[in-house]
Amino acid sequence: MYAQMVKSEATKDDPAKLAAFQVRIDAGEKIEPKDWMPEGYRKTLIRQVGQHAHSEIVGQLPEGNWITRAPTLERKANLLAKVQDEAGHGLYLYCAAETLGVSRDEMTEMLLDGRMKYSSIFNYPTLTWADMGAVGWLVDGAAIMNQVPLQRTSYGPYARAMVRVCKEESFHQRQGFHIMMAMVNGNAEQKRMAQDALNRTWYPALMMFGPSDKDSVHSSQSMAWKIKINTNDELRQKFVDETVPQAEYLGLTIPDEGLTWNEETGHYDYTEPDWNEFFDVISGNGPCNVDRLSARQKAWDDGAWLRDAMTAHAAKKATRNLAAE
Amino acid sequence: MSKEWPLWEVFIRGQHGMSHRHVGSLHAADSEHAIKNARDVYTRRNEGVSIWVVEAEQITASSPSDKGPMYDPARDKVYRHPTFYDIPDEVGKM
Ligand SMILES: [Fe+2]
Ligand SMILES: [Fe+2]
Repeated sequence: MYAQMVKSEATKDDPAKLAAFQVRIDAGEKIEPKDWMPEGYRKTLIRQVGQHAHSEIVGQLPEGNWITRAPTLERKANLLAKVQDEAGHGLYLYCAAETLGVSRDEMTEMLLDGRMKYSSIFNYPTLTWADMGAVGWLVDGAAIMNQVPLQRTSYGPYARAMVRVCKEESFHQRQGFHIMMAMVNGNAEQKRMAQDALNRTWYPALMMFGPSDKDSVHSSQSMAWKIKINTNDELRQKFVDETVPQAEYLGLTIPDEGLTWNEETGHYDYTEPDWNEFFDVISGNGPCNVDRLSARQKAWDDGAWLRDAMTAHAAKKATRNLAAE
Repeated sequence: MSKEWPLWEVFIRGQHGMSHRHVGSLHAADSEHAIKNARDVYTRRNEGVSIWVVEAEQITASSPSDKGPMYDPARDKVYRHPTFYDIPDEVGKM
């Protein structure tokens, strides 16, 4: 998902303390910044919350690409508001991660030098306006599916950040679906664009939930610690089940010939994404990885003078106030 | 005359998982003293599981007279709310 393939860190703590910690988790208690926690719990969370934060921030780029070219002033204002929300989501999450003892600058450096990741989905290009519809509908839809259960995650600051995020997220998916509705009710070319956007976004959206459970080696410790609430396949299935009727409503075809309703399980059977592509994108070889990271690098470098100037100005004001006292 | 103790603002986490909420203020000589006083003043009936104290002087507050310029710009941005987008019920909850 926004945090895919987060490796659970090994922990070498006192077994008695670990057991007592697990009792707290099992009782549904929240762990707060000043509480004792296993080193592995802390490190895994830094990785996960940091990756989630980076995804919100990098996730602004594919949509930011269309703000100046939105078809109407209203669509432009909608998209701008959505992208602005994503910046806020990144900030809530960076702050939650900072309570675990990592600084914002450290996280940014780790993103830029490749030690930390962001969701694979943002390494795909947004080629037409219809992609703004598909992204809001499917990418934010998948994000919501993952973030709603994370409101119950065991780490207090992360859970509370998720509550805020979820509240804001619902308009994102609706504005995307609304764009899709307009496109499919437009002329033939617009409908074709909508179908094309769905074709390109479908499998990358399914990949957002991370590898199949049978290949997901990192899950069990994270689930015991309630850092992760559902398995990748559970959430992916839920997403498929909710999305298929929405595509039907739009009169669009999900690009999967294997997609069928399974009477017995009460779920849709679907074809899994090409996991080789997923691992390739995650390891840096997606269509936009280089672009995304260089955009972040440029923003970081171009902002340096402002960060320094603000710090210098604050220092000057402090000395002036001290002198006035 | 002896120096007056500074004012502290007190925040209490009422229950596990909730955020701290402002409950009131008190005077104390330092932060440790403020925590002790807050325990006595504000949690006599088990109102909390955690206390934060912040010296009142350290708090910067927005000015009430700036209310207009601060919050009016959000007023006409109704598209920040999910209800702005008409989505038929048959699509399912979104
Ligand atoms: Fe978001
Ligand atoms: Fe979003």
